[in-house]
Amino acid sequence: MAERSSRRLAAAPAADDVSADAARIEISGLTKRFLTPKGEPFTAIRDVTFTVEPGQFCAIVGPTGCGKSTTLGQVSGLERPSAGTVKVGGREVQGITRGVSFMFQADALFPWKTVLGNVVIGPTLTGTPRKDAIALARDWLRRVGLAGFEDRYPHQLSGGMRKRVAMAAALINQPKILLMDEPFGALDVQTKAIMQTELLGLWEQLRPSVLFITHDLDEAVALADRVFIMTSSPGSIKHSFDIDLPRPRGEVQEIRHEPRFLELQNQIWASLKDEVERAYAQTAGAA
Amino acid sequence: MSSTIANPASSAGAVETESDIQIAARRARRRRTALVWLGRLLVPVIIIGGWQWFTSAGIVDKFFFGQPTGVYHALVDLFTKGTAFGSIWLNLWITIKEALYGFLLGTGAGIVFGLLLGQNRFLAEVFGPYIKIANSIPRIILGSIFVVAFGLGTFPKVLLAAVLVFFIVFFNAFQGVREVDQNLVANVKVLGASPLQVARHVTIPSALTWIIASLHTAFGFSIIGALVAEVLGAQHGIGLIIVQAQGQFDMDTVFAAMLIMAVVTLVAESFLALLEKRVLSWRPPSRSEAQAI
Repeated sequence: MAERSSRRLAAAPAADDVSADAARIEISGLTKRFLTPKGEPFTAIRDVTFTVEPGQFCAIVGPTGCGKSTTLGQVSGLERPSAGTVKVGGREVQGITRGVSFMFQADALFPWKTVLGNVVIGPTLTGTPRKDAIALARDWLRRVGLAGFEDRYPHQLSGGMRKRVAMAAALINQPKILLMDEPFGALDVQTKAIMQTELLGLWEQLRPSVLFITHDLDEAVALADRVFIMTSSPGSIKHSFDIDLPRPRGEVQEIRHEPRFLELQNQIWASLKDEVERAYAQTAGAA
Repeated sequence: MSSTIANPASSAGAVETESDIQIAARRARRRRTALVWLGRLLVPVIIIGGWQWFTSAGIVDKFFFGQPTGVYHALVDLFTKGTAFGSIWLNLWITIKEALYGFLLGTGAGIVFGLLLGQNRFLAEVFGPYIKIANSIPRIILGSIFVVAFGLGTFPKVLLAAVLVFFIVFFNAFQGVREVDQNLVANVKVLGASPLQVARHVTIPSALTWIIASLHTAFGFSIIGALVAEVLGAQHGIGLIIVQAQGQFDMDTVFAAMLIMAVVTLVAESFLALLEKRVLSWRPPSRSEAQAI
């Protein structure tokens, strides 16, 4: 079965050239310990090992508080691992990883900047001349369907529109790696489906490697090439599943009714269920 | 049809159209505005009228508490005859200048230190307790020291005003930096922002909301600082006029000087409100009633 598959790529790899290797994420033996406010050590993730191939869309699914977000923090270089290594493009991550974009569950938009100002920040920070940056930002706003909203402020937009702005802001620098931390978690079901479809469309144009965190199994199966299941705290990779649904996948809502989707979803749920129950028992016990 | 059954009293002519509702709503709003203004007019009429009546009836001694008509005459005298220390305009200008310099100095220092300590955990922990101590001492007393040390000129007044302003702005800038959305910081860091760029694009604009909010209070305090320092020792200024009038038991002039400074503060407030509107134009329209006051 798809379970514990080899490192074979599920989807056809993107344009195979040397630079594509720069988008490979190799995580081995990654462990992260924190000190709790009481001063006790707490292991968030333990011995996490997996690889994201260049241009691959990987989803990490796990129960709440299992260290999914912690894992992303190490890849971006915002946090340093306690043990183990994170390599991006064959080089160990030290400091901020170049060519990475982040999308959070919260909007992470500048409330004091207009829509255009929010998107233009990416090229501005890399030193693109103002004029070019603005032209690029306008183009990206058109791509996410927000042409004509350039001068609005984030608080004047709906949740879905704010998400589009965040998406344009994350993709405008054409990152080779896209890290997404439950980006659509706060959206209503319909908006979520629309945004997922759009994300897939944009991803297929750019083909960055994606590490997508979610607790929504359907979302993971519908979007990803490979799904990793994380154990409850301390988190580690329990299983990995290759999702062999054909690409392009088109409408996310329609895939959900395909027999193969349901089959995969059932398999993965069987693996995830134990962890969710264990995590629930842990938090219930602590409370 | 069913509506006529449910509500047989309503004839065909009584059906409310949208324009009827609109007209009624407008009328209700106009009536409310009129009532508010009537209330606003009544407040000073009762207070000032009451004051005048109580003092002229002899229930309250106008020697100690002044009298509105007396205050008016004092005002006229101040502006037509001037004072013992030059014209009222000269004195007013000196006080405003002192308050303004103090305000600028204190605000500048407050912003710089607030941003610095807000961003640097180590510095914040080292200086934290001392700032708390400095904040708990009655700083107005520093005025005595400043006047003795730096003489009767402008400088000690500016200094006292600046000290008062500093702490207000400092705490707000500090808190503003602390309240910065960490997701935003992470976001621009990942996009490759240098520490300076993080400050320019995230920290400072974010803290600006807090800083601007503090400026209203801060300006009031800069006026207080300048006045108190003048009372403690000066050659010119509204504070000197007040202390002189107090010495002559001329309460009407004290009230008149108070009134003049209130007008100055109001004008400054409106400038600050303009600045706030300009800098914070991105904010959603006022979320609470308190902001409207």
